[in-house]
Amino acid sequence: MARILLHRDISTARGALGMKWITAIIKPFTLDDVRQALTEVGVTGMTVTEVKGFGRQHGHTELYRGAEYVVDFLPKLKLEVAVADEQLDRAVEAIIGAARTGKIGDGKVFVSELEQAIRIRTQEVDVDAL
Amino acid sequence: MPCKQGIGNRESGIGMARTLARLGFVGAGVLASMPAWAQAAAPTHIDSGDTAWMLTATALVLLMTIPGLALFYGGMVRAKNLLSVLMQCFAITALVSVLWMLYGYSLAFSTEGMQAHVTNLHSFIGGLDRGFLAGLTPDSRYQTVPESVFVMFQLTFAIITPALIIGAFAERMKFSALLWFSGLWLTIVYLPVAHMVWSGPGSFLGDLGVLDFAGGTVVHINAGIAGLVACLVIGKRRGYPNVPMPPHNLGYTVMGASLLWLGWFGFNAGSAVAANGSAGMAMLATQVATAAAALGWLFVEWIVHGRPSVLGIVSGAVAGLVAVTPAAGTAGPGGALVLGLIAGVICFFSATRLKHKLGYDDSLDVFGVHAVAGIVGALLTGPLASPKLGGFGTVESLGGQLWIQAKGVGFTVVWSAVLSLLILKLIDWTLGLRVDDEQEQIGLDISLHEEKAYNLS
Repeated sequence: MARILLHRDISTARGALGMKWITAIIKPFTLDDVRQALTEVGVTGMTVTEVKGFGRQHGHTELYRGAEYVVDFLPKLKLEVAVADEQLDRAVEAIIGAARTGKIGDGKVFVSELEQAIRIRTQEVDVDAL
Repeated sequence: MPCKQGIGNRESGIGMARTLARLGFVGAGVLASMPAWAQAAAPTHIDSGDTAWMLTATALVLLMTIPGLALFYGGMVRAKNLLSVLMQCFAITALVSVLWMLYGYSLAFSTEGMQAHVTNLHSFIGGLDRGFLAGLTPDSRYQTVPESVFVMFQLTFAIITPALIIGAFAERMKFSALLWFSGLWLTIVYLPVAHMVWSGPGSFLGDLGVLDFAGGTVVHINAGIAGLVACLVIGKRRGYPNVPMPPHNLGYTVMGASLLWLGWFGFNAGSAVAANGSAGMAMLATQVATAAAALGWLFVEWIVHGRPSVLGIVSGAVAGLVAVTPAAGTAGPGGALVLGLIAGVICFFSATRLKHKLGYDDSLDVFGVHAVAGIVGALLTGPLASPKLGGFGTVESLGGQLWIQAKGVGFTVVWSAVLSLLILKLIDWTLGLRVDDEQEQIGLDISLHEEKAYNLS
C-alpha cells in the first residue's frame, strides 16, 4: 500500500531527477580512506559489507605442518552508495583515488541506475532521501 | 597401624630409589658408592625450601593442561570444535583427580610387596593399600616434602598424559566415549607404566636401569603411541585430507605453547622433588633444548617450505620440551642443545611428511610430536647422561645405557599400543567411539554441548 502511494508522489512531484547506485569491491584496509574521500565530495551515507571473492588476483596458499590449503576466496569489502546523478563522477573518482594501490586485487566499481529511494522516517523520496 | 607402617617403608624405600633412578644410577644397590650429595638425599625431616618449590612446581604442571594444552590444541581445531577440546582437557583434569584420590596414587606408588630385583605382580602395578589415600596425614613425608605435596605433584602428571592423547582424535569423538577412554586408559596403561618406572626397588623398568627423569617414557611415549592407535581405530575426520581443516586461531596455539613452556619448568625441574642443583640443571637443560628445537624446526621449515611459520616454531618448542623431559636431570647444557636440535628437525619431518605419506589422521600430531620426540629423547638420555658427553649421570657405558633405554622404549610402545587398542575396541563395540556424520558436520560444540565458542554479531 505504502509503496504505491509513494510511487505516485515521485511521478508527480519529482520528475526526472536521476540517481545512481554505486557498488564498489575494495581492499578492506582502504575503507577509511575511501570513506573520507567520499565524505569530502558530499556523500553522506554508505553501507559496507564484509564479503569474500576473487577476480584476477585469485587466492593464496596456506601451509600448516605440511598440509597445504589453497584459499580461493579473499576477504574484501563491498561498499554501496546511492548518489544523485551529478555526484556520480566525483564519487567514483573519490573511490578509485582512495582504493587504488596499483596492485592486482584492488577491486572494481559498478554503477547502475537507481529507480527510487525513500527515507523511512520522513518518507522523503529520491534525492531528498539520500 | 598397617598404614603407618606403609608410610615408613615409603620413606626409606621408594624415596631413595626414585632419586637414584632419576639421577642416573644403574640399578639401586649402589648405596656404598654414592657421592656425598646423593647421600644427603636420605632425609629425616620436611624441608621448607623443597616444599615451597614443590608446591609451586605442582601448580605449574597443572597450568600445562589447563589452560596450556587446552589452548595449544584448541587453536588448532576448527572454530566449531574449540569448546569440545577445552571441555575434554577440563573434564579429564577433574576425572583424573578423583580417580587418583580413589585408587590412582595407590596403584602407581604403593610399594606393597616390592623387593629390589625381584619381579612379581607388584613390579608392574602397585597395591591397593593406599586406596582413598589411606594413611595420609599432614605428617606423612616423601623424601623432604609432605607426602600430600608429592601426591598432588604426581597427580598433575597423571592429568596431562591422557589429556595429551585427545589431540589425536580431536573433532570426532563422543564425549561419553572420551570419559570412558580417559578413565580406563589411566587405570590400565598409565598407572602401571608410572609404577614400573618410578616406584623404586622392585619396579620392572626401574630395576632394568631405565633413566626417565621427568616422564619421557611414562608420559610422552605412552600418550603418543596411544594417540596413534586411537586415530587409526576411530578413523579419519570426514573429508580429511581433501577438505581444508586449517587451525582456527593460531593465537591461542601460541599462548598455549608459551604456557606449556612455562609450566614445563615445574614438570622437569620439579621432578628433582627438591629445590637443589639438580632442579636448577633440569630447568637450564629444559630451556636450552626447547630453544634449540624451536630454531631447528623453524630453519628446516624455512629451507624446505620457504616460509618460517608460527605453528612451526611453537611445534618445534613443544618437541624440544618433550625430548628433554627424560634427560633433564642427567644431560648437561651441551647435551640438551644437541638433543633439542635433533628433536626439532626430526619432528618437523614426522609431523609434516610421515603423516601425509602414511595417511593417518592424527589431527594435532600427538604421535608426530610426542611419541617421536619422546623416543628420541628417551634413547639419547642414555648416552647424554654420561660425563663423557657432558652429563651428570653414572652410566657404565654409552652403548649399554642406550640399549637399556631402548628396552624401556620398546616395552612402553608395546604396552601402550596393545592395551590402548583393547580399550578403544571395547568402547567402540559397546558405546561407540565416534559421533555421527551430522554431528561431526555441525561441530562438536553445538552437537555435544549445545554451546558455541564464538557468538559474533
